[in-house]
Amino acid sequence: MGYDKRLDGRKHDELREIEAKVGVIKNADGSAYFKIGKTTAYAAVYGPKNIYPKFLADPTKAVLRCHYNMMPFSGMGDRVRPGANRRSKEISMVTENALLPTLELSEFPNSVIDVYIELPETDAGSRCAGICAASLALADAGFIMRDLVAAVAVGKVDDKVVVDLNYDEEALECENGVADIPVAILPQTGEISLLQMDGIVDTAILKEALEVAQKTAKEIYDVQRNALKAKYNEE
Amino acid sequence: MGKLLVKEKEIVVPGEKVAEGMDYLPGIGTYRSGENIFASKVGLTYIDGRAIKLVPLAGKYLPKKGDTIIAQVRDIMFSGWNTDTNSAYTAMLNVKDATSDFIQRGADLSQIYKIDDYLVAKIVTVTSQKLIDLSMKGPGLKKLVGGRIVKITPTKVPRLIGKKGSMVSMIKLATGCRLTVGQNGLVWLAGDDPNKELIAVETINLIERKAHTSGLTDLVKSFLEEKTGTEIKVQGGE
Repeated sequence: MGYDKRLDGRKHDELREIEAKVGVIKNADGSAYFKIGKTTAYAAVYGPKNIYPKFLADPTKAVLRCHYNMMPFSGMGDRVRPGANRRSKEISMVTENALLPTLELSEFPNSVIDVYIELPETDAGSRCAGICAASLALADAGFIMRDLVAAVAVGKVDDKVVVDLNYDEEALECENGVADIPVAILPQTGEISLLQMDGIVDTAILKEALEVAQKTAKEIYDVQRNALKAKYNEE
Repeated sequence: MGKLLVKEKEIVVPGEKVAEGMDYLPGIGTYRSGENIFASKVGLTYIDGRAIKLVPLAGKYLPKKGDTIIAQVRDIMFSGWNTDTNSAYTAMLNVKDATSDFIQRGADLSQIYKIDDYLVAKIVTVTSQKLIDLSMKGPGLKKLVGGRIVKITPTKVPRLIGKKGSMVSMIKLATGCRLTVGQNGLVWLAGDDPNKELIAVETINLIERKAHTSGLTDLVKSFLEEKTGTEIKVQGGE
């Protein structure tokens, strides 16, 4: 017996339902909302603006600063203690690295762009939802971007490659184990800007998973594109 | 043969393919990758012969030499004022560029411009590292007294001004307000009638929301006519 039927009845390469909206935070220079299944991410972009302390400034380009934050009752288990922790600092760092390849920041030397990602509700895949929201918010703020960034978690549950794991799947006890692989992709070129893995997989499954991720990234890009256009078409 | 994948004045987003083949040239807001041209901003396409350009719909103000902006005094230094320009950078206004009056050495500069004062100033220099120098010497450059400040997206300033200032003159005419538009997205307005001032603010917000649509002048005209209850005759700013 393998993992033939997913816990929530999705196909193996099917995403959870996505909802995306741009311009949700009026005071921010750019903002977006990205919901995939029960995982909800808000991203707000402020800047470019003066950078303090001054020694952090880069005289050749703007500095990108991401702040990933899970809200206190957003998790599946206990209350998340507010404030930064090891996990959120790491995710903030990988989010920056996932977004930087697409941004052209030499227009704004000695300045900083702050991206705040808040997650009021999470059900696995929160760093991916955060990256999707942040890339939308940066586009909304009018930065020069080569591409949007689409991120999704692929993985292995027991013996099958699946897309967009939810928490129940991630925590599933099964014979061959579970692997969770968050991937961020620039959909036009297929470049990968984030690749992490939790679990054990063999090469064949990893390759298969990455192929599925490429296909899924295009689907996410379509949702993102429609969300950006909807802001200007609705009125 | 190249192929154009978008229409004129279509909204595109970063990473969207706008044209195939070498027959088209990438203009502002687009880039070439291999044989294809992609958009690199959220904007409206604008096809100029073989070149494809984007008119950006969002983005902060980028200081440009020669622009007239509305700046706010943030700090007073030894030899001038540091001002906020509604961009990522502050601008310096030197004493010698501030006024044509004689200023005594060591004079109290807050007697001339205080902190939080709004100034209409011209950008005279922008360096590669975005150090900005302002000047107050020139027609129309002054300290703004009274009135109110409205902020709009800097990319939408050209729509607010209109062709040869037609949109601004229409608002001035309909509401009787005095209006100054800074290239940095700050608009100052003052009127004798607070209600008419409010109508002007509403109109500016309307233009900001609808800036990417066509037929804006007619829309604003009917909006102003409805709000003020009078017909607007003059069109264009000749």
